[in-house]
Amino acid sequence: MWRFISLRLLQAVPVILAVITVTFFLVRVAPGGPFDSEKAVLPEVKAALEAQYRLDRPLFEQYFAYLGDLAQGDFGPSFKYPGRSVNELIAAGLPVTAELGLYSLLVAVIIGGIAGVFAAIKPNTAQDYIPMTAAMIGICMPSFLLGPLLVLVFGIYLDWLPVSGWGDIPGDKLLPSITLGSAYAAYIARLSRAGMLEVLSQDYIRTARAKGLPEWQVVVKHGLRGGMIPVVAYLGPAFAGLLAGSFVVETIFQIPGLGRFYVQAAFNRDYTMILGTTVFLSTLIVLFNLASDVLAAWMNPRLRAQFGGK
Amino acid sequence: MALLEVNNLEVSFVTRMGTNKAVDGISFSVETGKITAIIGESGSGKSVACYSLLGLIPQPPGRVDGGTALFEGKDLLQASESELRKIRGRDVAMIFQDPMTCLNPFMTIGKQLMEPLLFHRDVTKAEAKARALQLLEEVGIRDPANTFDNYPHEFSGGMRQRVMIAMALINEPKLLIADEPTTALDVTIQAQILQLIADLQKNRDIGVIFISHDLAVVADIADQIVVMQQGKIVEAGDSDHIFHHAEHPYTQKLLAAIPGDSKQPEAHPETLIEVRNLCTWFGQGKDAEPVKAVDDVSFDIRRGEILGLVGESGSGKSTIGRSILRLVPVTSGHVNFDGTDLTQLEGGALKQMRRRMQMIFQDPFASLNPRMTVFDTLAEPLLLHGIENRKTVASGVLKLMDDVGLARNFVRKYPHEFSGGQRQRIAIGRALATRPEFVVADEPVSALDVTIQAQILDLMLDLGKEYGLTMLFVSHDLAVVRHLADRILVLYKGKVVEQGTGGELFEHPKEEYTRALLQSIPGRSLLD
Repeated sequence: MWRFISLRLLQAVPVILAVITVTFFLVRVAPGGPFDSEKAVLPEVKAALEAQYRLDRPLFEQYFAYLGDLAQGDFGPSFKYPGRSVNELIAAGLPVTAELGLYSLLVAVIIGGIAGVFAAIKPNTAQDYIPMTAAMIGICMPSFLLGPLLVLVFGIYLDWLPVSGWGDIPGDKLLPSITLGSAYAAYIARLSRAGMLEVLSQDYIRTARAKGLPEWQVVVKHGLRGGMIPVVAYLGPAFAGLLAGSFVVETIFQIPGLGRFYVQAAFNRDYTMILGTTVFLSTLIVLFNLASDVLAAWMNPRLRAQFGGK
Repeated sequence: MALLEVNNLEVSFVTRMGTNKAVDGISFSVETGKITAIIGESGSGKSVACYSLLGLIPQPPGRVDGGTALFEGKDLLQASESELRKIRGRDVAMIFQDPMTCLNPFMTIGKQLMEPLLFHRDVTKAEAKARALQLLEEVGIRDPANTFDNYPHEFSGGMRQRVMIAMALINEPKLLIADEPTTALDVTIQAQILQLIADLQKNRDIGVIFISHDLAVVADIADQIVVMQQGKIVEAGDSDHIFHHAEHPYTQKLLAAIPGDSKQPEAHPETLIEVRNLCTWFGQGKDAEPVKAVDDVSFDIRRGEILGLVGESGSGKSTIGRSILRLVPVTSGHVNFDGTDLTQLEGGALKQMRRRMQMIFQDPFASLNPRMTVFDTLAEPLLLHGIENRKTVASGVLKLMDDVGLARNFVRKYPHEFSGGQRQRIAIGRALATRPEFVVADEPVSALDVTIQAQILDLMLDLGKEYGLTMLFVSHDLAVVRHLADRILVLYKGKVVEQGTGGELFEHPKEEYTRALLQSIPGRSLLD
């Protein structure tokens, strides 16, 4: 087990290094720079700024200097928010985005899981077609359409929930979480349906029925564990995707999360901020993928034995 | 009054293609303390009939059309789902064919064992565990206390079937339905499980329905035998009647399919293959001891003979066949094929030799490409090895189909449109397409119904003569092998323990292990 984990972590190093390198040079290739603005800046001032942020040095020197800082866990200073480091900005935005991601994931797993299991119990009936059609719509519907629609219905027409904000008014976390989670709920519904269909056709399900167990116990006690393994394996990539993809929802609902910093940084050519967020998110993606793979393997006793545990 | 009295049971499956009558008005009964065997080939409706009694067939497409099934005077077919649930697993329990797939791989065997007890009876967990341990001990699981929390994959096939049996018996049912409980097991394990079922049945004085495709399996244990064909009962009676005074031609055909006497060995002076000190080991990582699947084995195969290779799963019999064909890497030793050492060949030279050697696999469902028609399957090797060209390939394919007994108009069909026996004929045709001199047949009939088995064995004997084939016939079933083979090697744990003609081994087995194998042959009393 530890061998497997450390091997995967080792494999992650070149991946993240590649991400750093590509991002570092791509943002420099993009036209414009962090200190270009509509107002003319005195050349001396600009030169002083560039000197302070090492921008006057050769590109490769900058690159290796950045890598050196990164190795010590330092993402560097932000170019646009004077006096604040990228570490501070990520630390400010991450809790909000992580909370939003977590709630969205909960929405996705609960709605998607239940819909998928129900569909699998009676395949090719209305109980299957209705949630699966809804899931297809959920996958196709972009969040910039779903979010405003939800706001229109629940925020304005019905006036049940606040239309924006995060943690200011009770209930204002609900609509963003649903908006962000719905596409993932739809995907999880399809995954769990496929997983449950496969498991429910196994011989050991017939054994469980022959024991006289009622159908719900057959499904819950004997079917769920095997049927949910694909869903668990998907949770890691899903959570990482939720963190990285929260920008649209954060914008719609005016949420001060990481996603908004990220996109603003790109507009501002805030080199260190773009790099820092990219590196941070890609590291998270690698870690979450690993975690869900380990968890999915742990759920299967045979694989668990191969990993040397019991 | 009988424990179970089935009258005029009719079950059909309604599909878009029409209604298929799976069970067509059958009547039989099961007495307390007796074993009733239901015999029939796949598709005869024997399993469907029993599953429908307990409401275990999927409805739709399944549908019970009529009849009664009185269990202790109560009609199961009229019972509601909740009434049936109380009967299932408590009064009527089931054992299924494949113990590899019938236990939940995600749950410890202890939990699975206790489940029916906890569900149907008012017992505490501790009482249930005590009872489960006691039953595990009774069905012959070693050290139940320590294996209680193990998962199914930690047990062998035979042990899993014992766990299944313990699970079925934990509520002390009055009726046990065993659906082909030994078909997926080795002969020696099969004999043990049959004995176990017979013993448990006697001790508990319960009724048993034993479903099987093989008359020989039930020969020693059944009191009553019901023979089914295409949804109908063609003959029923006590064991003596079926085995000694069978009237219906189908029953007689089933009896004739039980492999009979040893083949009269023929003399084959010329040696085709010499296997010398063959070792095939499989590594298990750096530190672990390798698995010695084949351990220093030497023997000759003479030109034109059929050599039988007999052993249980794990004895290395399949690995020997594959090692000779170089389908698995050989650890050490030599295989001389007509003067050439196969273990030294590489690349093109090996490919040239492979044309002279072919293999027939056990599972005709898995070994044929489902997206290729019979024509494509048979034409491919003919064209690949340049035996036929584009113009002549059609006649070559048709000739092969004639040889293996497939009707010519099947040529454009896909594998799923054929029965198991027909598919094995296709597989044999494919193997013979390159006109090989040597064929390894790895359990070619063990996935087939008995009457089909007999046909395929006869076909292989005929083709062997016609094509002048040398054959290595690998099987776990000594009865089948002695019917076919000129000489037999008995394998145990990767080594040859005994060899001789079928007659010699059956009359005068020298080794303990050979005797054990002989004892395990089902329906042995019928052979003598």
